[in-house]
Amino acid sequence: MAMKRSGISQFWASILANSIYALGNYPAMMVSMFLTPFSILVVIFFVSHGTLLTVAIEGGLIMTMITSGMSLQTDLSHLKNDFKLQDMVVASPTGAGMYLFGMAISELVYSIPAIVVLAVLAILFTHLTALAWLILIAVMLAMFAFSTCLGFFISTFTSDVMESWAYTSIISTILSALPPVYYPITYIPMPFRYVAYLSPATYAAEIIQGASGFLELSSLSAAADWIVVIAITIIIGFVAVKKSRWREE
Amino acid sequence: MQMLTCKHISKKYEGDGYALRDVNFSVPAAGIFALIGRNGAGKTTLTRILATQLSPTSGSASINGIDVMSGAGSLREIIASVPQEARAINWLTPRQFIFSYLLWRGYGHGDARRKADEAARKLGISRFMDTASRKLSGGTKRKVLVATVMASEASVIFLDEPTTGLDPLSRSELWDTLSRLKKDHFIFLTTHYLEEAERLADRIGILENGRLMALGTLDELRGKVKYPYSIKILSDYSVAKPRKGNMIKGVDGFQQIVTTEDEANRISRELIKKGVRFSMNPLSLDDIFYYIVKKPLEEESYGDEKERY
Ligand SMILES: Nc1ncnc2c1ncn2[C@@H]1O[C@H](COP(=O)(O)OP(=O)(O)OP(=O)(O)O)[C@@H](O)[C@H]1O
Ligand SMILES: [Mg+2]
Repeated sequence: MAMKRSGISQFWASILANSIYALGNYPAMMVSMFLTPFSILVVIFFVSHGTLLTVAIEGGLIMTMITSGMSLQTDLSHLKNDFKLQDMVVASPTGAGMYLFGMAISELVYSIPAIVVLAVLAILFTHLTALAWLILIAVMLAMFAFSTCLGFFISTFTSDVMESWAYTSIISTILSALPPVYYPITYIPMPFRYVAYLSPATYAAEIIQGASGFLELSSLSAAADWIVVIAITIIIGFVAVKKSRWREE
Repeated sequence: MQMLTCKHISKKYEGDGYALRDVNFSVPAAGIFALIGRNGAGKTTLTRILATQLSPTSGSASINGIDVMSGAGSLREIIASVPQEARAINWLTPRQFIFSYLLWRGYGHGDARRKADEAARKLGISRFMDTASRKLSGGTKRKVLVATVMASEASVIFLDEPTTGLDPLSRSELWDTLSRLKKDHFIFLTTHYLEEAERLADRIGILENGRLMALGTLDELRGKVKYPYSIKILSDYSVAKPRKGNMIKGVDGFQQIVTTEDEANRISRELIKKGVRFSMNPLSLDDIFYYIVKKPLEEESYGDEKERY
C-alpha cells in the first residue's frame, strides 16, 4: 500500500524551509534582499554619469538570476554539511531533481524584490520592444537554470561551507567579474575581449544588449550566442542531474 | 526473505584505508537491530551504505529484498534516516522542521501537521515545538530529529546514535517508544550504550575495525564467549597469566581476566592470599563486547593499549 505522494508538497517543502521560514525567523534577510539590487546599479549610474543606466538595469536582471545559483550552492552546502539535510533527503522518497527544483525556486523568493524593482526601472527607462522583453526573459530563465544547476552540482561535492565559499568566489569571478554584464562588451579593449568570452554570462549579456539596441549584433552572432547559452544550460543541467554526488561515493 | 542482507560489503574511502572489510550477515526479521563497536569501527559507514547515502566499494546489500544500489528508488520510498551528525536546522522551529520533512516526503499539509504533533507528543517535545531550534538544548534537538523520522510512514528507520546526549530519563522514554515502534518497523540503530542494545535489540552486531566480529541475539552472543567469568583486578598488581582464558584491559581500565569458572575460583583464592582487591562476575554484555573487540593483552604492550582509548 504505497502512499500517494504530492509533488506540490515536495516542491513547497524546499521553499518553506529554505526561504519563507528563514525570512520569518531572520528579518535582517529581508533588508538585505531589498538592498542588493541597488548596489551595483548605483555605482554604474554615477560612474557613467547615467549613460549606462539602461544596460545596467538589464545586467542587474541577469546578475540576479546568476546570483541565485551562487546562493543556492552555499545554502545547499550549509544544509548538507552542517545539518546533514542532504543525507536525510537522500534516504527518503524525494528525488534529487525535485529537491533541486524546489530549492532553486526558493532562491528566487529572495530575488523577488530585486526583480520587481529592476523590472519597474526597466519599464520606466529602457523602452524595450515586446520582442526584446521576451528575449530578456528567456535569457534570464536560461541563466537561472544554468547557475542553479551548477550551484547544486558543486554543493553535492563540498564537505564544508568554507569550501563552498571558495568555489563561489571562483564562479563569481567567471560569471560576474569577467563578463560585461553592466556595460557593453565594446568597452573592453580587444585582446581582453576574448577572455570575457570564457564566461557564459558574456553571451547572455550580448544577446540582451543586441536586442535592446546597445550593440550592433548580426543575426549570425545572435544565433551563435543563443547556441552557446542553450548548449551550456543543457550540458550543466544534464551534469547536475546525472553527475551530482547525491549518494556519496 | 531476509529483512536485511549484506554480502561482502567493503568500503574504502578515497585516499584512505578500508572502513569496512567484507561484511557479511543477514537479519531475518523486522524489529530492532543494534550495531555496536568502538569509535571508527565503521558503524556510520555501514549505516550510510544501507540507507542509500553512500556507495560501497564492493559487495551488495538488500533490505526487504530490495537492493540498496540498483533498487535505491523503491527502497527510498520506505526508509527514513537520522544521520549521526544531523541537526535540526537552526532557523526552523521543530514544528517547521518536522512539517517540512513530511512535505518533502509528499504528505499533504493537513496530514503533515497532524503527524508532526503526534510525533512531538510521543517524544515529549510538544512544548518546544515553536521554539527556534538554535535555542533548544542538545538532547531536545536530538529528539526533534528522531520525532521527525518517526512522524513519517517509513517502515525502515536508520538511527545513528539516537540517544547520544539524552538524559537518562529521556533515553528510557525513547527506548519505550522504540519498543512500541519495532512491532511494525525495522529499526537499524547504532549505539555506544550497551545497555540500550541489551534492552532494545532483537539482534546485535559487533563491528571492530571494519569487520563484523559477532552477530546474534544476546543469548547467542553469550554462547559465543569461551570464558564466561570475569575477574577484575582493582589494585595495582600484575597477575600471572591464567592457565585458561585471557587477560585484557577491561571496560574501566582495570586489568581483567576472562576465564572458566574453575580457573576463576583458583585465581580468586590466589588473589585473596596475596591481599589483592578484585571483583569476580559472570560476563555482562559490556564484558562480551570488550572480550570480542579487544585483543588479549599479551599481544600488545600496555602503552599502546592506553593510546587506543
Ligand atoms: N568521509 C570519510 N573519508 C575518509 N575516511 C572516513 C570518512 N568517514 C569515515 N572515515 C573513516 O572510516 C572509519 C569508520 O568510520 P565511521 O564513521 O563509520 O565509524 P563509527 O563506527 O561510526 O565511529 P563512531 O562511533 O565514532 O561514530 C574511520 O576510520 C574513519 O576515520
Ligand atoms: Mg558513527
